[in-house]
Amino acid sequence: MLARPERFFEDRFGLTPSTMERLLGSTLARRVDHADLYLEYRVSEELMLEEGAVKKAARHVSQGAGVRAQSGERTGYAHTDDLSLPNLEEAARQARAIADQAGTSGIVAVGRHGTPHDLYTLAEPPIAADLGRKIKLLGEIDALARSLDPRVRQVIASLGSEDVIVLIATPEGWTVGDVRPLTRLNVTAIVEDNGKREIGSYGGGGRVAFDFFLEEGRWRHFTSEAVRQAVVKLGAVDAPAGSLTVVLGPGWPGILLHEAVGHGLEGDFNRKRTSAFSGRVGEKVASELVTVIDDGTIQNRRGSLNVDDEGMPTARNVLIENGILRGYMQDRLNARLMGLPPTGNGRRESFAHPPMPRMTNTFMLAGQDDPGDIIRSVPRGLYAVNFGGGQVDITSGKFVFSASEAYLIEDGRITSAVKGATLIGNGPEALTRVARVGHDLQLDEGVGTCGKDGQSVPVGVGLPTIRIDGMTVGGTQV
Amino acid sequence: MIDLLTDVLDQAKRRGATAADAFVVEDQAFSAQVRLGQVDTVKHAREQHVALRVFVGHAVASASTSDLSRESLDRLVNEAVSLARITAPDDLAGLPEPSEWAGVVPDLQLSDPRGHELLPEEKIELARRGEAAALATDPRITNSEGGEFSDRHAQYTYANSGGFAGSYETSSFSLAVSPVASQNGDMQRDSWYHVTRKRERLDSPEEIGRIAAERAVRRLGARRVSTVEAPVIFDPDMAASLVRHIAGAVSGPSLYRGASFLVGKLGAKIAAAGITIVDDGTRPGALGSRPFDGEGLPVKRTVIVDEGVLSSYVLDTYSGRKLGLPSTHHAARDGSGVSVSTTNLYLAAGETKPADMIKSVKSGLYVTELIGFGVNGVTGDYSRGAVGIWIENGELTYPVEELTVAGNLLQMWNAVEAVGDDLVFRDRTSSPTLLIGRMVIAGS
Repeated sequence: MLARPERFFEDRFGLTPSTMERLLGSTLARRVDHADLYLEYRVSEELMLEEGAVKKAARHVSQGAGVRAQSGERTGYAHTDDLSLPNLEEAARQARAIADQAGTSGIVAVGRHGTPHDLYTLAEPPIAADLGRKIKLLGEIDALARSLDPRVRQVIASLGSEDVIVLIATPEGWTVGDVRPLTRLNVTAIVEDNGKREIGSYGGGGRVAFDFFLEEGRWRHFTSEAVRQAVVKLGAVDAPAGSLTVVLGPGWPGILLHEAVGHGLEGDFNRKRTSAFSGRVGEKVASELVTVIDDGTIQNRRGSLNVDDEGMPTARNVLIENGILRGYMQDRLNARLMGLPPTGNGRRESFAHPPMPRMTNTFMLAGQDDPGDIIRSVPRGLYAVNFGGGQVDITSGKFVFSASEAYLIEDGRITSAVKGATLIGNGPEALTRVARVGHDLQLDEGVGTCGKDGQSVPVGVGLPTIRIDGMTVGGTQV
Repeated sequence: MIDLLTDVLDQAKRRGATAADAFVVEDQAFSAQVRLGQVDTVKHAREQHVALRVFVGHAVASASTSDLSRESLDRLVNEAVSLARITAPDDLAGLPEPSEWAGVVPDLQLSDPRGHELLPEEKIELARRGEAAALATDPRITNSEGGEFSDRHAQYTYANSGGFAGSYETSSFSLAVSPVASQNGDMQRDSWYHVTRKRERLDSPEEIGRIAAERAVRRLGARRVSTVEAPVIFDPDMAASLVRHIAGAVSGPSLYRGASFLVGKLGAKIAAAGITIVDDGTRPGALGSRPFDGEGLPVKRTVIVDEGVLSSYVLDTYSGRKLGLPSTHHAARDGSGVSVSTTNLYLAAGETKPADMIKSVKSGLYVTELIGFGVNGVTGDYSRGAVGIWIENGELTYPVEELTVAGNLLQMWNAVEAVGDDLVFRDRTSSPTLLIGRMVIAGS
């Protein structure tokens, strides 16, 4: 649908790479350590079915530019949704105002830009797919969910699609563009039995075409999982309270890594020395069974990017290797100030936000153990397979993530389903208690959104089955 | 902007819409963050967007754009109307009745144009003073995530195809300070903020910085506690989070979908007798006030929980019709259509002094921060990470962390044993201190 980003902004707004470079050059050059101009055009669409009918359909267009100037540790950022040249010049002037006091930092030359990846070229981006087909799919999801169990009272199915075109210019004389498709299908089922209600949700997606949902029975899987989870929860007993051995299932429970170590390894907190992991590169922060990777280069994944939002190609970065902390995730500012190379993790929610170090797809490498053996190795514990959100206090290292589907393990066997409960731990310590790692690494289905400092970005997580010896489970059964 | 909206609505009707409404938000924002005395990030922003909802018969669709050019607005109308042709008709969809529309749009004193006149350097100075005060409060404040001043000036304009049109302006000013304390290898952050609609009412940077520092320092040396069932006191900000859970459960869309633990509870006792929860969008100068809601209906004061009894839901026109009730004038707009939101929501003050509340607890938890998303809105099951101060023999003793508090919201609200006399309208949702007789605290 949309060709090269350079052509797009030229045709629509008369902004060519050379105009952009001139703008940065004339307004910002030589006065600052770094400056960039980020153009963005975003089209998104939402469809929602409830009570058996598609009642909500919405389409949004947003466009704008962000201009950034950095001098030493200072960042000036101005954004505007008016892409006319005079307006961009005014934004650049405002961004520069802050950086006007001469920069004092030691500049680390950013020499390697590399080549952008090609991770999600699609014959037809999801937003361009026929609306009739999308609406038909939502209707089929509703019918399937209701046919799976008579206790299903409500089905909410939503399909979101977007296409984001970005063009990034830096005064180093290069301009890089990216066209980023993204889609997500989500199914929620509410079940009722004898006046008791429960809810189950499941979904997936990625930087993929609409047909992704029709392939390999994915929409059926999402639907049946939502219903199954809701029904399981109807019969759940109170969750235990206190310290327990916890087995996490593969895939989405990888949110553990995102909260326990991921945020704490973002460069900004470490440059400021406000992270519980500050100054700990080379130290043991996890069991030797644990290797954690952040990889923005996986084909078609929700958290992947051809280039980050500062124009750097994304990379596969080893965060923790056999238990040893290897490095942080960086954007250009924090890399420069720490004297380290950028890692392709500079991301932003939109043109309205300055970039900062963020995760892409964060996962633990597979180990040797059979998942069944891991469960059999636990005399009493919790087996948690699905989670809602999580959160972390970067400075103290304390993190939580909330199980939405979990079971008791008794004498090595999975027994009763338990109600949702929050698990809490200490980031630098929790992974030292990983005692078993399964051979069944899975990435999540493609639903994650990470919030930091008011900015949301799509991310992925992944995990094999693992056993953690001692986590606090926030149930109500003392 | 009313003219622009009127044009858009006229055009929607020409393209086949039977009714429509639209709004524009124009926004100017500035923020300055100072860290360790140096300017860290300064942001300027200008934004605007227009959102349109159209009805074609009883089918509805929405579209929004940040490009207000004529071509773009033409596209907006076309997209909304063509989307409405593919959505399912719903007999209850439609604009509110004209008799319900706001008459005179009251001036709720939500704007402070002169407050925005400060120079960027002066705004930076406010942020710097806030952080400096935190750093000077205690030698254990050794680092900082910074001090940040921000202000925002916005204009909201709404019109519908029946002829209602209204507009209002808002201002907001905020100052936040986030210091980091450390001692013996233990590192703790906390923060304090103040936000107002009139700049002159903003607390002094020195006071905000000092409170932020005291909050960070009091977390140093935090311990864990053993798993126990005990009384829990929620400080005012944390108690306000419990009030927000009630607001979520009484919102029309949650109720008609059956996704709320308060389905069918209108008129029933859902909380202890001392609990009264009010939403009042008419408070002059308050953060949550607005002269009319997202469908042009006048805001009012709504008692949601009256002495423990659920007395009103929170509804827009559509969710009201679904439930057979009138709108409570709580429609909120985003680009995707209409949702509901509260305005100034608060738990009415009780009579207990917080100090007496603490004295009444032999052994229990005083909660100062909650993290995570462990709340099931359908069942009311509640389990969140907590930070706080342990109470022994009626005294706040030592800080605690890495623990959870769990229960069920319905049981928790019924187990409230005391409501503080310390209600302050600090934010859109406010509460006094709250004592819940028994919750499960999980720790080591």
